[in-house]
Amino acid sequence: MSHTEHNKKFHEPPLIENNPTFGSITSDVSGLVEARTPLPWYLLLAMSVSLALLMFGMIGYLIFEGVGIWGLNVPVSWGWAIINFVFWVGIGHAGTLISAILFLLRQKWRTSINRFAEGMTIFAVICALIFPGIHVGRIWVVYWLLPHPNQMAMWPNFRSPLVWDIFAVATYFLVSAMFWYMGLIPDMATLRDRTKAKVKKMIYGFLALGWRGGNRQWKHYEMAYLLLAGLSTPLVLSVHSVVSTDFATSVLPGWHTTIFPPYFVAGAVFSGFAMVTTLAIIVRKIYKIEHIITMSHLDKMAKIMLATGMMVGYAYSIEFFVAWYSGNEYEIFTFVNRALGPYAWGYWIMITCNMIVPQLFWFKKFRKSIPVLFVASILINIGMWFERFVIVVSSLSQDFLPSSWDYYKPTIYDIGTFVGSFGLFLTLFLLFVRFLPIIAMSEVKGVLPQADPHHHSQHE
Amino acid sequence: MKKQKKHDLVLAEFDGVSELLAAAEKIRDAGYKKFDCHSPFPIHGMDEAMGLKRSPLGWMVGIMSLTGAALGMALQWWTSAVDYPLVIAGKPFFSYQAFVPVTFGLAVLFGAVTALFGMLYLNRLPKPWHPVFFSENFSRFSDDAFFVSIDTDDPQFDEKQTIDLLKSIGGGTIEHVHEK
Repeated sequence: MSHTEHNKKFHEPPLIENNPTFGSITSDVSGLVEARTPLPWYLLLAMSVSLALLMFGMIGYLIFEGVGIWGLNVPVSWGWAIINFVFWVGIGHAGTLISAILFLLRQKWRTSINRFAEGMTIFAVICALIFPGIHVGRIWVVYWLLPHPNQMAMWPNFRSPLVWDIFAVATYFLVSAMFWYMGLIPDMATLRDRTKAKVKKMIYGFLALGWRGGNRQWKHYEMAYLLLAGLSTPLVLSVHSVVSTDFATSVLPGWHTTIFPPYFVAGAVFSGFAMVTTLAIIVRKIYKIEHIITMSHLDKMAKIMLATGMMVGYAYSIEFFVAWYSGNEYEIFTFVNRALGPYAWGYWIMITCNMIVPQLFWFKKFRKSIPVLFVASILINIGMWFERFVIVVSSLSQDFLPSSWDYYKPTIYDIGTFVGSFGLFLTLFLLFVRFLPIIAMSEVKGVLPQADPHHHSQHE
Repeated sequence: MKKQKKHDLVLAEFDGVSELLAAAEKIRDAGYKKFDCHSPFPIHGMDEAMGLKRSPLGWMVGIMSLTGAALGMALQWWTSAVDYPLVIAGKPFFSYQAFVPVTFGLAVLFGAVTALFGMLYLNRLPKPWHPVFFSENFSRFSDDAFFVSIDTDDPQFDEKQTIDLLKSIGGGTIEHVHEK
């Protein structure tokens, strides 16, 4: 049974609405890149670049003065830098899940959103990599993180999860970037073949590498795509698992739990889908591509958020249960303190945003409502930032010795760097939506009913 | 220096996916080897229709991934147990369980680099010059048009017969493209 017949039989909506042709997909998507730059784009870019400059200014001052400008104190020696790192890496996971796991599962609806979800992954990982890069104190020797022969005859301690992290996140970034670029090659050829301007033709021609769409090329291309999807699939699960071991391998109550790897991965996918939803709602509205990124896409993403939100909620509950069941006084204290102690406000923001808000998505009415989806997706991202805040700060600030307890407060420099990282993220995203095709044209064409060789004929 | 032989081909346009697939089957059956089917997206079943073998990329990626894993484990063994042995948390110098994440990361990295660059190598890309680009009409391949190209140095190639074959299987806008 062909895909089209399957859709008819099971009353599934078409993947792309308004009866598209191959040509209409090309002109709809390339048209966005070829049109004049809209005025709001300049305003948004100016705003984002200003924020990004704020971050670089903060980093400059940090290098000049040292990490003392941050709100770190003695029990809380890991503050916003690690929280922001985990937050940004987590956001990236949705892009990889869409590009790799949904590809292997033959979820054809992914083709409308995979390009910009993958772009989001790369930009989020760039933002993430900044934080561990700058928090090392002596940033001029940051290359010590990587194994290299040196005059001190020393090597990194490969038993340390912080070293695993460098390998995991660097691999993640490189693999995502290569996957993204490979997907862009046929679309670069489309832009190359359409443009009349000489310089643009040269740039797009250079990026397209001489792509000519012959099946002898597609054969290797499709195999490479499948292999990259296969290689990225374990990355979705492993990267955040490794990040979670930064905490889980320590002996601190609140961190030392075996549930951390799956719990972090579910949270990462949860927050990533929230970010994809936020961006998709804005992009489809501004660029009027509601027929390509349809309500059915948003509906499916809301269901994924509901599922992963429930997993995260389950992890919150089981942590409490295990703390009580372990009978360990320090563990019990840490968890009761999370819910009722000095950081209870953060804990309850986390519970509200991550456990209660996604429950809206049980109802079709809310999954079909753009304002509800938009507000809920932002609330989920706020909640997921607070999750990392609660894990890091509430566990550290009241540790084993009451005499060393201290309350942690961020300084203006912590806040400026974090807010500025959104500027960098948005700057990169705006440049991407302006100069590159935000929808994977060749992939969307491939899932149209007329791309099926048996579309017109009856035989199978 | 001997002048290199010019690389020419004949291009024909087809109406759609099923037409291109049927044409590929007929050209294959007529015994042609050096031909290609150009389309804006990969077409399911085209490899069989053209008589192409499976891409060897999987083997390349598999071998390179295993190489990456072996190098990763060897790096950690040599640095932690041979060159700079240091007792950490009372664990053995070669604590291979703790070396799994880095080993895995390097396996994936080597595999992914091979997947992208192996694909480019097998496709002989980047290659911005090719006879097809001298056809004005061909630039629509990346939009919504479907083409067959047959190389003139295919042993089966005969100017008249080949063009007749392309016409008889529904090819339109037939062009003989010369590399300039």
